[in-house]
Order: sequence, then C-alpha cells, then structure tokens
Amino acid sequence: MPKLHWEDFEPGAVAIYGPRLVTREEIVAFAAEFDPQPMHLDETAASATILGGLGASGWQSCCLLMRMICDGFILDSTSMGAPGVEEVRWLKPLRPGTRIRIRSTVMDKRESKSRGEMGMVKFLFEVLDDTDAPLTTLTTTLMFGRREPRP
Amino acid sequence: MKFFEDLKVGDIVTIGRHTFGADEIKAFAKRFDPQLFHMDETAAEKSHFGALCASGWHTAAVWMRLMVDQRRGEVEAALARGEKVPALGPALGLRDLKWLKPVYVGDVIDYKSEITELRVSNSKPGRGLMTILSSGANQKGETVISFLSTTFVERRNKA
Repeated sequence: MPKLHWEDFEPGAVAIYGPRLVTREEIVAFAAEFDPQPMHLDETAASATILGGLGASGWQSCCLLMRMICDGFILDSTSMGAPGVEEVRWLKPLRPGTRIRIRSTVMDKRESKSRGEMGMVKFLFEVLDDTDAPLTTLTTTLMFGRREPRP
Repeated sequence: MKFFEDLKVGDIVTIGRHTFGADEIKAFAKRFDPQLFHMDETAAEKSHFGALCASGWHTAAVWMRLMVDQRRGEVEAALARGEKVPALGPALGLRDLKWLKPVYVGDVIDYKSEITELRVSNSKPGRGLMTILSSGANQKGETVISFLSTTFVERRNKA
C-alpha cells in the first residue's frame, strides 16, 4: 500500500533528495536524443554560446528532477499525476560533474472541487548544485489520492 | 533565417508530428518518471488514466526534439543560400505548462509554436527575447499539451 496520502503533506514542509552525480556522458546522451543543440553536445561549440560551456538541456534538468522526486517520495505515495507546471526557471547551467540535490517545499494544499477522492498539493522544487545554489526552480501542483475521501 | 527584428507576434511554426509507441513510453518512464501508469499496461488500466500513457515530460521533450530538427532544416537551407543564421537560445524557462489530456499508446501528436511576445533584452543588447506558445494536439484534434517559453534570439542590429 502506498504510504503518503494527500493528508500527509503539510504546507511549509521541506525535504532534500539526492545527491545525484550528473555526468558529461548523460548530458550529451540526453541532448542527442531530445535536444541536439551545440551547447548541450560539444564543449568547443558550447563555449561559443551564451552558456559559455557545455550545459545540460533544461528539459534534462526537469526530467532528472522528476526522477529524483519519484525516488524521493512520489513512488511511495498515492500520486495521480499532475495537470501541469506553473513555472520553470532555468537560472544557471547544469554543468557536467555537478552533484545535484532537490529541495522540495510544500507551498499549499487544497481539496479537489470535482473529485472527492483526490486533493492537490502545490510544491516548489529547486535543483541545487554542490554549493546549494539553485540551478532550476519548478513550481507545480501534484494530485494525490486521499486517505479519507471527502463525503 | 529570421533574426529578432524579422519576427512578428502571431507567427506560427509547424514543428512536426510524433506517434507515441508503447516501448518508448515505457523506456522514457523507466528513466525519468517510473510511475506505474507510465510503465505497466495492467497497472495503468486500474489507474484513473485507464490505460498506459506517456509521462508529461516525455510529451514535452519530444516537442523539443522536433523543434531542433525543424530549425536544423531551416539553418541548413539558409547556409546553402549564403545567408547568416541567427543564434537561438538558451531559454530562460517556461510557464503555464498544461498537460490537458493523457497521451496514450498510438496517439499521433502534431506540435506547433506561435510567437506571443517579443521584447528587447536589457541584459544582453545583442539579443531579443521571444515568448512562444507551444502546443501539441492528438489525432482527434484535442490539445494534449501547451506551454509558454521564453528564449533569446539574436538581433540583426546589435546597437
């Protein structure tokens, strides 16, 4: 049985997940598959771009974040997915060799108006580098099953 | 190729089409979003989705790939004509990403992007900032994903 239900998420709660080492090989492999731009593929070409060197696709940061929160708590929850993402900000490049961690903050929670068996929890997720500087921030509202459906 | 000055709000680019197969849905989920409704047909049937469906990040990442491919074709054609090619990217971020409908096995998604805002960059004088509304629609014409993203585009006139 999944452990975490909608009722278990408290606004203000903070958790840290990771670390996870991001290698040059996986940055290039992700880019080759989903975002084959020079700044994500090749050091020399990347140094001539605004990134100033090889950096991961922003979508890879989102995907790594997703995987780390899955391992962190979502797979151990009544997750029903998400209707979307309010905002993603790619603040700084994710460089090869960075050990990233995720800081999760519960911002808000509310009942679902239409579905009594479900509730919504709004999160701020931050991808942090080795110095705890945020590289990417992501605000999203996730849907969870309730332990006690609303009557 | 269009530099920042050549772009207009309302311009629409057809990005491309992708059919989502079961194997790639599961392979993506295994790497990045291993929730059962993206991984296992039987579990997905019991979930509120009713059938195996792609991770929303998968639907988004495919847009990115098709966008890069579409642009590469334009770049190669421009270079063949001896034209200059404006630098594009990186993106600052995105907002209002909506996963409006699940993407099920066999769904055919058509992606497009429309320019919604253009403004000069204060921090990088040689660049402008372009905001686009990107979306994907399935074979029934239902929009399955949409989002706004803002990206740097090189200006023809740097001053």
